[in-house]
Amino acid sequence: MNRLLLFLPLGIFIGMGVLFWIGLHQEDKSALPSALIDKPFPTFILNTVESGESTNHLPEEPILVNIWATWCPTCKAEHAFLNQLQREQGIKIVGINYKDDLVKAKQWLSAYGNPYMFNISDPDGQLGLELGVYGAPETFLVDSKGIIRAKHVGDLNTKVWKTLKTKFEAME
Amino acid sequence: MRALLLLVLMFSWPSFAVVEGHKYQFENLEDTQRFTQLAESLRCPKCQNQSLADSDSPVASDMRQKVYELMQEGQSNQEITRYMVDRYGDFVTYEPPFRPETILLWFGPVLIFSFGVLLIISLRKNQKTTAVDPLSEEELARLQALKDKADSL
Repeated sequence: MNRLLLFLPLGIFIGMGVLFWIGLHQEDKSALPSALIDKPFPTFILNTVESGESTNHLPEEPILVNIWATWCPTCKAEHAFLNQLQREQGIKIVGINYKDDLVKAKQWLSAYGNPYMFNISDPDGQLGLELGVYGAPETFLVDSKGIIRAKHVGDLNTKVWKTLKTKFEAME
Repeated sequence: MRALLLLVLMFSWPSFAVVEGHKYQFENLEDTQRFTQLAESLRCPKCQNQSLADSDSPVASDMRQKVYELMQEGQSNQEITRYMVDRYGDFVTYEPPFRPETILLWFGPVLIFSFGVLLIISLRKNQKTTAVDPLSEEELARLQALKDKADSL
C-alpha cells in the first residue's frame, strides 16, 4: 500500500502533463464562449446599409448573423465563402456592418457581391456590445424565434462550416 | 477652515479620469476613482492580458464608454459588472464566479495542500524508531580500544 503511494507524485505529474498537452492543442485559445447561447437576440433599432431605413427585427427563420467591417482583413477573406454559401446552399445571412463607414460598406458590397438579405449598420458598435462582439468577423446562428443557438469567432470557411452546418440544420 | 474648504472643493469639483487618452468627466473624485477601479477590474476580451483600463483596442474603448454611461445612470459596481458578464461571459471579470463547475478551481489548492499535510503526517508516523539494545561489556571494551587506536595515530 505504502509502496503504491510513492507512485502518486508520478501519477499527478502525468495527469497534469496530459491536461497541459490538451490545453496546448486546443483549437483556438482566443475564441471565447458566448454568454448569449440560448438567449434571445438583443433588441435594436438601427438603419440598414442598403436603404438607410430603420429596422428592429430579424427575419423569422433560421439565419446566420454575420458581423463584418471593411477595416477587417479576415472579413474580406471570408466574404467569398459567404457568397458561395448563399448562392450554392441558399443559406440566409443577415449582415451587421460593425463600426464601419457607410460609404465604404456600400462600395464593398457592390465590389465583392452581397450575400446578405440585408445589412444592419452599427456604426458605434452598440449592437455589437449587446452581442458581446469583440472582433470581426463573428457569426451567430439565430433560429426562427430569434434565439441565438451558436456563435463562431473568426472567419467561416469550408472546414468551420462542416461543424456549424449540423447546428444550423438542427435549428427550427 | 481653509483646509476644510479645500477638502470640500476636492470632493465636489468635476474631475476627470483619463484612460488611454480618453477623458471621462465626473462630478466628484469618488466617482472618478470608482470608474478607474471598474476599468481595472474588467478584462478586455480582445487583448486577453489587459484590463479595460490598459487596452486601446476599439472594443475596450466601447466597453469603457458603456461603463461610463451606466455609472451616469446611477448603476452600482455590481450591476455594471453583471451587465458586462451577461454579454461577454465570465471571462470579463478577473474573479471567477462560485458555481458547481468552478468548485475545483476554488477548493483545489486547499484540497491539494491538506492532502500534502496528511501525507507528511502519515509518513512521519510510519518512520520506524526501533529501540537499539545497549552495548554489551565486550562491545564497550572493543569500542574503547578502537577509539584509543584512533587517538594514537
